[in-house]
Amino acid sequence: MSEQHTFQLDGEEIPFAAGQTIMQAAQAAGKYIPHLCWHPEFKPHGSCKLCTVKVNGRFGSSCTMEASAGQNVENRTPELDDKRRTLLQLLFVEGNHFCPSCEKSGNCLLQATAYELGMMTPHFDHFYPDRPVDASHPDVMLDFNRCILCSLCVQASELADKKFVFVMGGRGMRGRKIILNSESGRLADTDFSVEDRAASICPVGVILKKRVGFAVPYGERTYDQAPVSAVEVAK
Amino acid sequence: MRMSQCSMGSIMNVNEVITATLARHGNDGTRLMQILRETQEALGWLAPETLTAIAEGVGWPRAKVEGTAAFYSFFHLRPRGRYCVLWSDNITDRMLGNRELMQALCEKLWLEPGRLSEDGLVSVNTTSCTGMCDQGPAVLVNYRAITRMDMARVEQMAELIRSETPLDQWPAEWFKVEDNIRRKDALLDHGLVPGQALAAGMARGPQGLIDEIKASGLRGRGGAGFSTGMKWAFCREAKGEAHYVVCNADEGEPGTFKDRVLLTSYADLVFEGMTLAGYAIGAQKGLMYLRGEYRYMQDALESVLARRRSERLLGARILDKDFDFDIEIHFGAGAYVCGEESALIESLEGKPGRPRIRPPFPVTNGYLDQPTAVNNVETLAAACLVAHHGGAWYAQLGTEKSAGTKLLSVSGDVERPGIYEYPFGVTVQQVLDDAGARGCVQGVQISGPSGVTLSADELGRRICFEDIPTAGAFMVFDCTRDMFEVARNFAHFFAHESCGFCTPCRVGTQVVARLMDKLATNHGSPYDIDEMFKMHRLMQGASHCGLGNSACNPLFDTLNKFRPAYERRLKSLDYEPAFDLDAALSEARQMTGRDDAGAHLQNVE
Repeated sequence: MSEQHTFQLDGEEIPFAAGQTIMQAAQAAGKYIPHLCWHPEFKPHGSCKLCTVKVNGRFGSSCTMEASAGQNVENRTPELDDKRRTLLQLLFVEGNHFCPSCEKSGNCLLQATAYELGMMTPHFDHFYPDRPVDASHPDVMLDFNRCILCSLCVQASELADKKFVFVMGGRGMRGRKIILNSESGRLADTDFSVEDRAASICPVGVILKKRVGFAVPYGERTYDQAPVSAVEVAK
Repeated sequence: MRMSQCSMGSIMNVNEVITATLARHGNDGTRLMQILRETQEALGWLAPETLTAIAEGVGWPRAKVEGTAAFYSFFHLRPRGRYCVLWSDNITDRMLGNRELMQALCEKLWLEPGRLSEDGLVSVNTTSCTGMCDQGPAVLVNYRAITRMDMARVEQMAELIRSETPLDQWPAEWFKVEDNIRRKDALLDHGLVPGQALAAGMARGPQGLIDEIKASGLRGRGGAGFSTGMKWAFCREAKGEAHYVVCNADEGEPGTFKDRVLLTSYADLVFEGMTLAGYAIGAQKGLMYLRGEYRYMQDALESVLARRRSERLLGARILDKDFDFDIEIHFGAGAYVCGEESALIESLEGKPGRPRIRPPFPVTNGYLDQPTAVNNVETLAAACLVAHHGGAWYAQLGTEKSAGTKLLSVSGDVERPGIYEYPFGVTVQQVLDDAGARGCVQGVQISGPSGVTLSADELGRRICFEDIPTAGAFMVFDCTRDMFEVARNFAHFFAHESCGFCTPCRVGTQVVARLMDKLATNHGSPYDIDEMFKMHRLMQGASHCGLGNSACNPLFDTLNKFRPAYERRLKSLDYEPAFDLDAALSEARQMTGRDDAGAHLQNVE
């Protein structure tokens, strides 16, 4: 066991081990820092920026920033939660998110985080992008309308499944997207399997297993039982 | 066997082209950018089966190859015209009338901007600044640079395209790129012969050379201004299997073109600076990352490299000492973000140019995860002066915290646009006087869209790290210009160039561009201006890299300093809804055949 140090998170003393990020240490201490693209099984991606905190007065991503002794970290302050709400609103208008008709509703990290942070409206004009749906695979369908570009499926496919079914490519809001590893661009033409880790990693409603969408009804789902701030720290 | 028509009109075997291209690059996936570019040059575009063959050739998952190809503006995953005309769309090109010229070209060719003609002959579109601001309006035709476009050239170009005249037979003077050097100082008047600075630097030994660079106070010329001596020292100390020197020649900041001139007429100095850096940090390989817009320089640069090899200034046992070093040129493919050093390294490795999470920094974990010194073109050239004259000599040039001289790329409303070299500390007014600013100056954009906008009462400020640091762009706007349109041009530039990795920059730049368009069409209200300030505050703190952090700078500056340019566009200075309720009812009126008073909103209580 490496030497223990502590830093301050919203005024509370948080212990950390050498090499831990602020996010990891907070998680281990049962403290919730809002996040979308971070997942404890994978290396930090640092793209959603929901986990932005203020460290000694400067903004930084808590998922990539190493904890160090004596840091003063602000997390759930009105200023930061306000920025997070804006980031969530940007994500909502960037894609096509219609919670009432989405089969991920109640199990969706984006939706749950929006509830947690009290996001009441999308605020910005919707972009209504034209994004594809891929139902070619026998066991899994893809609805890219809901993609938040978190790259968790990319990491899961590469690191856990050793397959590269999903790769992030393209540039900017119009170009950046998940590229499937087949010349046709169809999921059915890749070596993807419903058993893959990547099949169950999507925090939103893009990667959906067929025939089980409503096995658990609305109202009885993960974030129907408890808010994301409670669910995530229990992981 | 797949067959396809290449851009020259002859029939070539696709597989042979791909196999030969892969072989030239040793089937090495880290060379993917060069493989894709050369394949596209031969085949016209990158078809799905072409990407599959390249992926098999380099042993990468196909999706990774497509992911890279899709990132860069200059790679085409759909058929493009046999003539692909791209108009440089910096604000300086616009001020010179590029939009009208592009429209005229489209009309003569019977096509819409951005659309491929039905016969597959030609497409016409815009691209980010091509670095020809002092001799615009500029275009790229099949990625070859043409300067000084005018209506006569547009008419002739339309004829040449319609008659399918090969580019080699187009008027040679169109492709002429001028240096336009207007003021020389220590760097441009260096007086060194090839090898002189290298011999002097090597005589000092690696540590001695680093000490001189440190003593000189030389700071990075790309804008950030990190100490070059410190960078080289950190890199030398870092452990690795190999060390690398990377010359950042991605000069993509709109309004900047000094590196183009250095590489055109001072290439020896730049390569010599790279060699000195290699000697100092213990590298055997140097990579120059040259922006795709400067592809036309390739032959000239390669011949300088070849000459230097024959003069024992590159290659094995340089100057008969125990030092081996060589330089290779890599081309970018239209992505501004690759000017960020870690994105540049990603691109050098064949990946999308996405800035890395830092730390670690390139000096310890750079190209191929090895210690890498990334330096700007101008920094490396300046290092030659230090190697030859010593640190103390260099340190007495410029100001206390900004040693040496700076090249400025002056464009816009001046009589003599071009390159001006000054010791650091020169006032903005002095540059304007020397360049012949026309009429009254309204504003000056320094260091490009990510820099600062100065108003007329700030012209006494100085170019130096203590006051206004700059990568070199210096765009002048006289009183007839609309500063709102300047800022709107920049907003669209950032929206186009955002890599898309982090939420605030990816979506925020788009939101801002839309807000600016809303104002431009007179649908804006003060609420929208508040929204822009809000996006500025979000993006400045939360973005992943400098692009997002600085993307709102021109909005922030122009909103603060040129507020009337915005306000005269607002529908009202009071808060009003963006949505015109009465106009929205027009469809209902039409459908019901009503146009009486009760069918108009203003008459309903």
